[in-house]
Amino acid sequence: MMSKTRPQWHHLLVFLGPAVLIYSLFMALPLLDSLRLSLFQQQTDGSLIFVGLGQFKTLLTDSQYSVRFWGALLHNIEFFAVFMLVQNPVALLLATLLASGRLRGAAIYRTILFAPTTLSIVIIGWIWTLMLNPLWGIINDIFKSIGLGGLIPKEGWLGSPNLSLIVVALVGVWQYVGLPMILFLAALLSIDEDLTEAARVDGASPWSAFWRIKFPLILPTVGIVTILTFVGNFSTFENIFVMQGTQAGPDYRTDLLATFFYRTMFGNLGQVPNLGMGATIATSMFLIILTGVLLYLFVLQRRLIRN
Amino acid sequence: MAEIHLNLQPSAAIKARRAPNFLSRHFNSIISHGILLTYSALALAPMLLILLNSFKDRKDLFRVPYQPPIWFSFQNGFSLTNISSLKGYQQVFARAEVLTYAGNSLLITSGALFLILMAGAMLSYALSEYSFRGNRFLGLYMALGIMIPIRLGTVSLIRLTSTLGIYNSPVALILIYAASGLPIAVFIMSEFMRSVPHDLKDAARVDGASEYRILFMLVLPLIRPALATVLVFNMIPIWNDLWFPLTVTPDVLTVTSGLSSFAGQYKTDWTALLAALTLAMIPVLAFYMIFSRQFIQGLTRGALK
Repeated sequence: MMSKTRPQWHHLLVFLGPAVLIYSLFMALPLLDSLRLSLFQQQTDGSLIFVGLGQFKTLLTDSQYSVRFWGALLHNIEFFAVFMLVQNPVALLLATLLASGRLRGAAIYRTILFAPTTLSIVIIGWIWTLMLNPLWGIINDIFKSIGLGGLIPKEGWLGSPNLSLIVVALVGVWQYVGLPMILFLAALLSIDEDLTEAARVDGASPWSAFWRIKFPLILPTVGIVTILTFVGNFSTFENIFVMQGTQAGPDYRTDLLATFFYRTMFGNLGQVPNLGMGATIATSMFLIILTGVLLYLFVLQRRLIRN
Repeated sequence: MAEIHLNLQPSAAIKARRAPNFLSRHFNSIISHGILLTYSALALAPMLLILLNSFKDRKDLFRVPYQPPIWFSFQNGFSLTNISSLKGYQQVFARAEVLTYAGNSLLITSGALFLILMAGAMLSYALSEYSFRGNRFLGLYMALGIMIPIRLGTVSLIRLTSTLGIYNSPVALILIYAASGLPIAVFIMSEFMRSVPHDLKDAARVDGASEYRILFMLVLPLIRPALATVLVFNMIPIWNDLWFPLTVTPDVLTVTSGLSSFAGQYKTDWTALLAALTLAMIPVLAFYMIFSRQFIQGLTRGALK
């Protein structure tokens, strides 16, 4: 533990000043202010009056807002499920293959597999929207060529009430699988090879060597990937905006909390922009995300104490 | 420590029993490559498809979507068929201020990165080097920003930027991105700075170096990997962001928001849209391909921290 220097006041001011100022003014304060604004209701003349938790009650129970709110929440959960069930296992699989020391060309695979993650969702979203479009029929061609043409929904992939959310989620998975892949890869590579060697010498199959030895050692990374997926998913906006528009069609089937937030903030279809309600939605999202983060930190603390 | 090497190679007979032929010996490897190749094709194919079709005109991209614009034909002996067209690109440049968007994105991204590195380095230095009341609290205060998405404060940010007169100005975006990038930057940089020996800095102080000199001339060069990591973590999300240009600077279009607006407006003009997508893709992909090693390294190091 090395000692620290006692600073002179003017050094402290200069070194701390800019960062603390920018962060506080443009991140911390706006977040706190949004929490505050959620307690205010916007009047027809644009002014705000204090209503306490009234807007939260409206959000959760008034049919004008609650239908959209609970729908969006449900969709976010479905979205998260797709990511947890598809993206993270696939990322783990790819990372495991890449981590094998004897694989030639691992670096090239890594670069290629991570490439979609570097592009904007606007680009990715439009590429897939075009490919899914029945006029061009790229995806439809693929399904027909493997005999699954019967699965193609008649309203089109993005117009199907049942499949549109999953389709949009899968596009997101396709794009972002590179990130957890890199995280898992880093974790796997930092595992001492001797451990797995010892297991193999003892006769363990690669399968059990993985699950009994490697997986428990990368559990911290699994935790980080989970919480990052959670936080990212619950503030997802662009994926829906690009592929379905702010109305999150068909018939709000792809509406997420962030698109609901955006619509409320800027108004839509005759509805006036409602800053107070927008802040309420944002605060709800904040509480949901905070709950997830606290849960994660709590679980992490328990595991650290146990070890 | 001396090591004893024993000849632990199994005899030829044992080897033959364990792995009789090429297929079983290389089974794992074949499966691995198979899966990786399949997924690589899956990752690249969509972008390649868009790229190739952006050089065709409308009827050809619908007629033969899988044929490259310049390809071989064996009809009258070996020759090339050329159905390439630059119409899409001409449309894009005619209708959209491509260079303005690129300039805006460059300005905003580099401005934000500059602030993140500068202000972040200074704060990290103070946190790791100085003992003062509130050091721990300040570190926690900054760290909270890592997990909470800044866009939840958009309502207030719109009001704030209006009040400050920077609504619809690139300055607003620069400051917002700097604010959201500082937490992770400070986290990473202060971690690295803590491993710089204290005595080194004290020696410099004895030699009469100012604190600023110590930070910029001594410490920063020593934590170069951390700086690369911070750049990598922040550059891509800032360049690709759609939310804040959309909500805070609707009249200042970046490559991302410009593309989104163009696509929304001209989505029935397939050639133009494909050309626009390709124009947006190529710089980022090229940049990424050149610096891919640094990218992956930066991410990996950040992840391990």
